[in-house]
Amino acid sequence: MKQILIISGKGGTGKTILTASFAAISKNKVMVDCDVDAADLHLILHPNIKERYDFKSGKTAVVNPIFCNKCGKCQEVCRFDAISDAFLIDSISCEGCGLCAQVCQSNAIIMKENLSGEWYVSDTEYGPLVHAKLGIAEENSGKLVAKVRQVAKELAQKENSDYVIIDGPPGIGCPVIASLSGIDMAVIITEPTLSGLHDLKRAIEIALHFKILIGIVINKYDLNVDNTNKIEEFCKKTKIDIIGKIPFSKEVSKSIVNGIPAVLFCKNNIAENIRNIWEKIK
Amino acid sequence: MIISVASGKGGTGKTTVAVNLALSLENVQLLDCDVEEPNAHLFIKPEIKEKISAFTTIPQVDETICTYCGKCQKVCAYNALAVIPSSKKKGTVLIFPHLCHGCGACYLLCPQKAIKEIKREIGIIESGTVANLQFVHGILNVGEVMSPPLIRQVKKHINNTKTVIIDAPPGTSCPVIAAIKNTDFCILVTEPTPFGLNDLILTVEVVRKLNIPFGIIINRSDIGDNKTEVYCRENNIPILMRIPFSEDIARLYSQGIPVVNENEEYKKEFIQMFESIRHPIKRRMSDIMNII
Ligand code: SF4
Ligand code: SF4
Ligand code: SF4
Ligand code: SF4
Repeated sequence: MKQILIISGKGGTGKTILTASFAAISKNKVMVDCDVDAADLHLILHPNIKERYDFKSGKTAVVNPIFCNKCGKCQEVCRFDAISDAFLIDSISCEGCGLCAQVCQSNAIIMKENLSGEWYVSDTEYGPLVHAKLGIAEENSGKLVAKVRQVAKELAQKENSDYVIIDGPPGIGCPVIASLSGIDMAVIITEPTLSGLHDLKRAIEIALHFKILIGIVINKYDLNVDNTNKIEEFCKKTKIDIIGKIPFSKEVSKSIVNGIPAVLFCKNNIAENIRNIWEKIK
Repeated sequence: MIISVASGKGGTGKTTVAVNLALSLENVQLLDCDVEEPNAHLFIKPEIKEKISAFTTIPQVDETICTYCGKCQKVCAYNALAVIPSSKKKGTVLIFPHLCHGCGACYLLCPQKAIKEIKREIGIIESGTVANLQFVHGILNVGEVMSPPLIRQVKKHINNTKTVIIDAPPGTSCPVIAAIKNTDFCILVTEPTPFGLNDLILTVEVVRKLNIPFGIIINRSDIGDNKTEVYCRENNIPILMRIPFSEDIARLYSQGIPVVNENEEYKKEFIQMFESIRHPIKRRMSDIMNII
C-alpha cells in the first residue's frame, strides 16, 4: 500500500483539483481530506456519509462564579490572556492548560472537554473517503489530521487497497507536519508566480526535513514561462523531479463549478496531462 | 485603526489585497502574520533593518533538586513532560519541546522549585521600511508547529499611530484567530467559486464568533458563479469591492509587482474602500446603492 500526499505550500494552486482527479482515475484506493480547516474535496467527490464521529480534543476552563471569591490568582498565572477582569474565561483564547484550575483555592474552575470537530467515513462514486470538519475557531487541527490519516490507513489495510490518496492541508505548520508522517510520496503542486516559487521552496524544505520522496507539478505553467523556467532550474539544481506541467485552462474552473473531477470533465489536453502524472506516481 | 485581511482558502488574493491596500494609503504599517508562508515582502520589497529571533519558553529541570515526584507530568495538559521515577538511584524527566505550549504550569507548581524556563527559538521577526511604509513579518522555522506564539509576537510590533494592516494566514483555526483577534475590522477575500464560497462561509463564522466587524472583497469576480453575491445579500454582509479577473493583474502578480503601482484607478478604489471601512455610515450608503 502506497500513501500519496498532495500538498502545495501556497493555497489555491490546484491541490484539490489534482487530488480529486487522481481519485477518479486510480483503482483500489482510499481517499483522505486532510484540509480539516477548510475541506473542499467533498465539493467534487460528493460523499455519502456512512459513519460520523465526534472529535474530542483538549479542554477549556470554565469559572463557576458562585464559588469564585475574585482573588485574581487565575488571571495572574494565565499566559494566554484568557481571563477577563471579571474573572470569566474567554473560551477562544483559552488553550486549556489547566493552570488556573490548579491555582484556584476555591475550586471555582473546572476544565471542560472540548468537542472540537467531527470526522466521517463516506462512500463516493470513486471509493471510500475519510474526511473531517474542525469546529469553528477550534485548535488541534494537527490531531484531527492524524486521526483521519490513521482511520484511512486502517481502512486501506482492511480492504487491501493499493493507495491512500491524501489531499493535504495548506502551509507548513502543525497540520502539514501531521499529514507528512509515514507518507511514501509527496506531490507538491505549485504555480509559476513569485509567491508560488517562494512557498514551493518552503514546502520542499519541510518534505525533505521528513525525508520524503517528492514530485513537483507546475500548474498553469504557461501563464509565466519565465517563472516556470526558474522553478525548473531550481528543481534541477536540487535534484527534485518535475513529474508534470499542466497548462492554464478555463475548463478547470468550469469543472469545479460543475463538481466533477477535472480529469473527467475537461475535454482538452488537461485530462491526458493529469493521467500522465498519475502514471508516473503509481 | 487595525485592519486584518483573511481568507478561508489560500490563493484567493489575500496578500494582493493587503499589499495593495497598504500601498494605497498614507502612514501605514503592514504586518505579514502568514508566518508559515510569508509572501508580502515579495511585493513590498522592504529594506530589512532589524532581524530578531522569536522564542517560546520550555522547562528545564535541575535534576540535582528534582525528587521525581511526578507532579509536573500530572499538571501538563499537553503530555510535554514524562517523569521516569528513580528505581535504584537515578530517574529522569523527559521534555518534548514541540508539545510544550509554554503555559508555565510545571514551572509554577513544582514543589521543589526544580524547574526553570529556558528559551526556544520558533522563528524570526524581520522589520524594515519602504518609502514611509513600515513593514514587519514573522518567518516560522521549518518543522516548527507553534505558529500562534510567533504571530502574537509579530503583533507586539503594532504601531498604534499608524493605520495597521495585517495579512492573516489562511484557514479557520488557531493561527488565523491569533492574527485577526483584537483587530478593528476584517476584510475577507474570496473568489466566486464553490470552493471559495464553502471556505468563505466558514471564515464568516470565525469572525462572527470573534465579534469583529467585517466585509468581503470578491476577487476574480467575473469567473465562477453568482452564489457568493447571493450569500452576501442574504446574510447582510457588505461587499467592499469586486476585482474582475485581468490578465494584467495576473501578469504583474506573477512578477511580484503590486497593481496599484502601475494603475492609479485601482489605487483610488482601495482608498475609497478604506474610507468606507473607516466610516461605516458611508459604507451602509454604498451598500444601499449596490442593492439598488
Ligand atoms: S483563582 Fe479562583 S477564586 Fe480566584 S479569581 Fe480565579 S476563579 Fe476566582
Ligand atoms: S486553562 Fe490555561 S489558558 Fe485556559 S484560562 Fe486557565 S490558565 Fe488560561
Ligand atoms: S514536579 Fe519538580 S520535583 Fe517533581 S518530578 Fe517534576 S521537576 Fe521533579
Ligand atoms: S510549560 Fe506547560 S506545556 Fe510546557 S511542559 Fe510545562 S506544563 Fe507542559
